[in-house]
Amino acid sequence: MIDERLHIKGEMDSRLEVTDAPRLKQDGQTPFFKALKKNLFDGPKNTLLTLLTALFSGLVLYQVVQFAVTNSWDVVYIHLRLLMIGQYPLEELWRLWFALYYASLMIGGTWGLFKGAGKAVALTFGSVFLAFAIIPWTTLNTTLNLVACLLLMAGGYLLGSRFSVLKIPALVLWALYFPLTLGLIMGFGGLLDPVLSRYWGGWLLTVILASVAIIGCFPLGILLALGRRSELPVVRYFCIAYIELVRGTPLIMVLFIGQLLIPLFLGGQTGMDNVTRAMIAYVFFAAAYLAEDVRGGLQSIPGGQYEAAQALGLNKIKTTFFIILPQALKAVIPAMVGLFITILKDTSLVAIIGLSDFLGTARRISNNPEYLGRYLELYVFVAVFYFIFCYLMAYVSRYLERSLSKGSR
Amino acid sequence: MSKYVKYALSAAALLTLTACAGGTEEAEGVEGDSSTASSGQTLSAVTDRGELNAGVNDQLPGFGYVDSDGNYTGFDIDIARAVAAAVLGDADAVNFRPLSAQERFTAVQTGEVDVLVRNTTWTASRDTEVGLNFAPVTFYDGQGMMVNADAGVSSLEDLEGMIIGVETGTTTELNLADQMDAIGVSYETQTFDDRDALIAAYQAGSVDAWTTDRSGLVSSFAVLDDPDGHVILEETLSKEPLAPAVLHGDDQWMDVVSWTVFALIQAEEFGITQDNIDDFMDSDDPDVRRLLGIEEDLGGYLGLDSDFAYQAISQVGNYGEIYDRHLGPDTQFDLPRGMNALYEDGGLHYSMPFR
Repeated sequence: MIDERLHIKGEMDSRLEVTDAPRLKQDGQTPFFKALKKNLFDGPKNTLLTLLTALFSGLVLYQVVQFAVTNSWDVVYIHLRLLMIGQYPLEELWRLWFALYYASLMIGGTWGLFKGAGKAVALTFGSVFLAFAIIPWTTLNTTLNLVACLLLMAGGYLLGSRFSVLKIPALVLWALYFPLTLGLIMGFGGLLDPVLSRYWGGWLLTVILASVAIIGCFPLGILLALGRRSELPVVRYFCIAYIELVRGTPLIMVLFIGQLLIPLFLGGQTGMDNVTRAMIAYVFFAAAYLAEDVRGGLQSIPGGQYEAAQALGLNKIKTTFFIILPQALKAVIPAMVGLFITILKDTSLVAIIGLSDFLGTARRISNNPEYLGRYLELYVFVAVFYFIFCYLMAYVSRYLERSLSKGSR
Repeated sequence: MSKYVKYALSAAALLTLTACAGGTEEAEGVEGDSSTASSGQTLSAVTDRGELNAGVNDQLPGFGYVDSDGNYTGFDIDIARAVAAAVLGDADAVNFRPLSAQERFTAVQTGEVDVLVRNTTWTASRDTEVGLNFAPVTFYDGQGMMVNADAGVSSLEDLEGMIIGVETGTTTELNLADQMDAIGVSYETQTFDDRDALIAAYQAGSVDAWTTDRSGLVSSFAVLDDPDGHVILEETLSKEPLAPAVLHGDDQWMDVVSWTVFALIQAEEFGITQDNIDDFMDSDDPDVRRLLGIEEDLGGYLGLDSDFAYQAISQVGNYGEIYDRHLGPDTQFDLPRGMNALYEDGGLHYSMPFR
């Protein structure tokens, strides 16, 4: 479409310049060059700006490429396992692969079944898998597993696009995904060999912490938001106090309270490991922020909606859960996803309580005497990885927002 | 009306908040007194568990870090492994708990870790108010100063008017101020959150000198572009004796950790190493026989097996071996023994007699 417009513009130009002498020369130019000339080199001021910008971008690009090429990146690929899964025992690696298989199949299936944003998610995960599979220094085992993931994803897509009856099972499988894989990673409380949380690290720990925080804060946050609008003063003031207290406290302090004060108060014999304490801190922290986002949504619902629901004979609970909440949540998707992205990135704060998440692992590696001072490559890798997944979340949120608001446009 | 309730609640919330904030600082002292362990508790807890919980650093090159395969390694790590070998007979029976500088003392106070081997300086307030007990010093460190070799600086006095880089949140900044005040030299400080950033600024010339523990200065030679272009000043700004710490109150456990460290030092004095220890088993020297548990049951007095020293030395090595493995000439640190040599060689390490 853009090309067409440019084309027309170009033609108009040539028509305007019909009487000009250098017409013959112009004829030899493609519409693309004409558009280029019109948009970028139109007058001395524009030309100067274009040249300066080009010079600057070229310089930056040159630096980036030079950085990427001159660094050997061995510090990243030698530690790829540490960065991704920390010290998770090698003999139990199949559990993580299973979780990844499961996710691949589901992502592929969701793309096939529901189309839409599933495509972006599948393509992103697919590209990351592919990238890791084709870089020469991954072990054969890893490559094969990643190829299997890609095949499962393709299989899921084919299944999904053929059999639309699978929609309900797919949703059920998605709902089961997190409890199932987390249980598997931990060992189902003794069914399998337990893998203690002290062996979790790297991206695995980041994802687990962020998922628990996001999934856990959701019901709690909604309850707090509803409670804050409750007509019962005790409930209302409790919720206000909780929300304001947490929002008025830095996350680092909440983490410290979870890490230091819980064991001090409970005598240290709680049997609760430090990852669990961090999870609790994140859930309680995120819930307060989510509650405020949801409250914004609740307040945006016009009173007519309540009255209409009442007129239809719905009771309070039904009104809230079937009429008000769906609309309220839809209205605040961007704010919620913004919060979720923040949570994902905030998990790196666990470094101050001695846990090694993705960023913390990079710091750890840069303190290995053999790789002292090689932090730049590690940090760039970490930044790119974070960016891919945060941007994906933002993209999916934008898509959901657009597709869900079709009715109201 | 509801407005007032709201204000009252916010005030209450604020109070709770400040109470919490205060709590984190004071907890150390208060809890240190109330949660002292009773004698024998820790040892039986460790043997029941079959695993030693050791609080360590996972981000200090040479002392405590994670190698490429994900294993904890380093000087402090080996001290913890020696304690595990002495107590449990297995140097690998350690649960390493990486601790940040902020949470390390609470972790000891709550019993989350049995021993703290995390480059912790033995100070009076930590020994008393924080409620720790320190085993013998394993590493004598001291704060030093690095400058450009051609800056014409040979002592602290020459730093007049220069910019000195330090890391925030450490005692180095306070030590620097104390020393410079004492000799009456005016200077500027620039603080950094992160050592990598500090070194980068030093190399770029935005600070003229930088200070941290000598071991840290020496290890930074590995990252400097031009290692020969920099020198460490002779003067030491502060004493930093690094020692393993346990919770105050459990004397037996304190003895166990202390005598394990002594055993490592004593073994070096006797020339007993990981490789030749079995040759010493038929030694006639009563001192050696007592150390290795062939004669007299010194281990039994500690509540350990009589061969506790044998286990520690044979599985981890003597003090000198541990030092050389992580900081010695074959490593990139090549840190001279200096104060960390045995007393016979002019250093400060000296084991109390095993008898």
